[in-house]
Amino acid sequence: MTSRLGGTFGRLRTAGRGGLVAFVTAGDPDAERSAAVLDAVARGGADVIEVGVPFSDPLADGPVIQRASERALAAGMTLRGALALVRDFRKSHETPVVLFTYANPVVRMDPEVFASEARDAGVDGVLILDYPVEEAEPLRAPMVAAGLDPVFLISPTTTEERISRSGELGRGFLYVISRLGVTGTRDALASDLEPLIARIRAHAVLPVAVGFGISRPEHVAQACRFADAAVVGSALVQEIAKHADDSDLTGRVTGYVEWLKSAL
Amino acid sequence: MIPDFGHRDPDARGYYGAFGGRFVPETLVAPVAELERAYMDARMDPAFRQEYADLLRNYVGRPTPLYEARRLSASAGGPRIFLKREDLAHTGAHKINNALGQALLARRMGKRRVIAETGAGQHGVATATVCALLDLACEVYMGAEDMERQSLNVFRMQLLGATVRRVDAGARTLKDAINEAMRDWVTNVADSYYLLGSVLGPHPYPLMVREFQSVIGREARAQLLEATGALPASIVACVGGGSNAMGIFDAFVKDPGVRLIGVEAGGHGISPGRHAARFAGGSMGVLQGTRSYVLQDADGNIELTHSISAGLDYAAVGPEHAWLHDSGRAEYAWVGDDDALEAFQRLGREEGIIPALESSHAIAHACRIAPGMPCDSVLLVNLSGRGDKDVLSVQKALDLRKGGQG
Repeated sequence: MTSRLGGTFGRLRTAGRGGLVAFVTAGDPDAERSAAVLDAVARGGADVIEVGVPFSDPLADGPVIQRASERALAAGMTLRGALALVRDFRKSHETPVVLFTYANPVVRMDPEVFASEARDAGVDGVLILDYPVEEAEPLRAPMVAAGLDPVFLISPTTTEERISRSGELGRGFLYVISRLGVTGTRDALASDLEPLIARIRAHAVLPVAVGFGISRPEHVAQACRFADAAVVGSALVQEIAKHADDSDLTGRVTGYVEWLKSAL
Repeated sequence: MIPDFGHRDPDARGYYGAFGGRFVPETLVAPVAELERAYMDARMDPAFRQEYADLLRNYVGRPTPLYEARRLSASAGGPRIFLKREDLAHTGAHKINNALGQALLARRMGKRRVIAETGAGQHGVATATVCALLDLACEVYMGAEDMERQSLNVFRMQLLGATVRRVDAGARTLKDAINEAMRDWVTNVADSYYLLGSVLGPHPYPLMVREFQSVIGREARAQLLEATGALPASIVACVGGGSNAMGIFDAFVKDPGVRLIGVEAGGHGISPGRHAARFAGGSMGVLQGTRSYVLQDADGNIELTHSISAGLDYAAVGPEHAWLHDSGRAEYAWVGDDDALEAFQRLGREEGIIPALESSHAIAHACRIAPGMPCDSVLLVNLSGRGDKDVLSVQKALDLRKGGQG
């Protein structure tokens, strides 16, 4: 059976269209509004939604997502809470959901328990920021057994041998970090994106989504000239923070996602 | 004397039993592997070892003395207590042994910019010092809370030409400084060297830091054999990340008759957020690149910690300690703020030595176990640093306690 992620990337490829992967932090600014935001992101047309699990020590994240994690943790969000959000979301949406998390909450819950609960909640893929392929097997095996797609990251520093390995062990797609550094918005795309994607394509067949520093429709379109999809995280999280207390928060979010897709 | 390189390596993936490993963001995988290759090469290079040995002797001031604390022994009752005087090393703590070794490695790797984190400020000062010596640019991340309680060390780093970067995230202590240093590293991997200050983080750091610190135990072993003709019955050292403890334990791990005792910070007592005793209140987790005992809540978020000593105020412990703990080779106890403060004053009064608050935890525990030991046995304590940096905060703490009673 094709996974939701596989189906989505297959359809994008057939249609010759690039996709938008939208990242939001679970529980930002609180559980109730977060559920509304997820719904709004889907209605805006996101092809895939990444749901960030807030963690006390997000060492791969820049200030925008750090603050979102702090807000979500202060509002009581947890890994279990994030799974509950996805479960609710799944009642009314088919958009694939990738959980974006640090290792420790998953290790603490227990990988087997996590895999079965995540599958039951309707999660499609899992990306663990501080679990490179060398360490991944204890988490990857139960995920694959449960039918979840383990998603690995590729960075400009990743060697070709490790690109192959991530391509073999990963499912769904590969997440490409377009530049060195932590998550966050930038004014322009990395200039060496094309050769980076070409290098990945030469060693792996999985679809490729590019993230880190993508914040405008033209970045999304540019990235999708080489990649299958573009990931927007911090820019969307910033937009949510800006309008968190507005009565039309969900309208704003839907409009923002539509805008991000407007140049595709 | 130089450290004992390559005699007790972890497995090829950097594991000590179930602990250790390399849990880093993808961008750091290649730089960490490059670091491992560079270190494995350097430690077997006679020229590197020679330069390191020369600087340990002529710059750091090694060997540090092994001193028999007779008045403390008499008042504690029981064994002969010996202090390994790392407080007399240049910059006032053992931290310089590691900082020097890694800075030489950074230069050898062609990195011109060094980043570091610091808790108590001793590792930051040591790093700033060796960067001045080797003409490397130096930036030190430090939690805002620690900058306040260790303000003298902040100024010392600045005097040495380093830039101190204030960290306002989380509890604003060591863990938050490490997060920020790793964010810097992941952004500047090409030209920057991350000089981690304890036996923490991804492989090869726990190995490398322990090996650079192992000079402490090698010296102490030789000095003690010369002074007494015997090995110690017990060794006591404080454990934050655990570098001074690994440094002194290393030379004795293969001597089953020597009890190895690590002392963690009990803070206000063992309840969440009020201490930093990982073996008393922690469980297996993954934090900042390594798998070890971690203070965490039921959802896997890292708990806040507290200790009067900034250098012990950290939520995880070095993976090799976790392995020594689970295998039963070493044992771990904790000492709270009040007992550490008492030991801080006691060593001053009885020996004319003001210890660092970190080391005061070891002194306190040594005095606690001494009465049960035979009087012809030897108790070795690693006096990992001197207390000049702590004088102001101790004065404040004592005033508070007096006020509380009055």
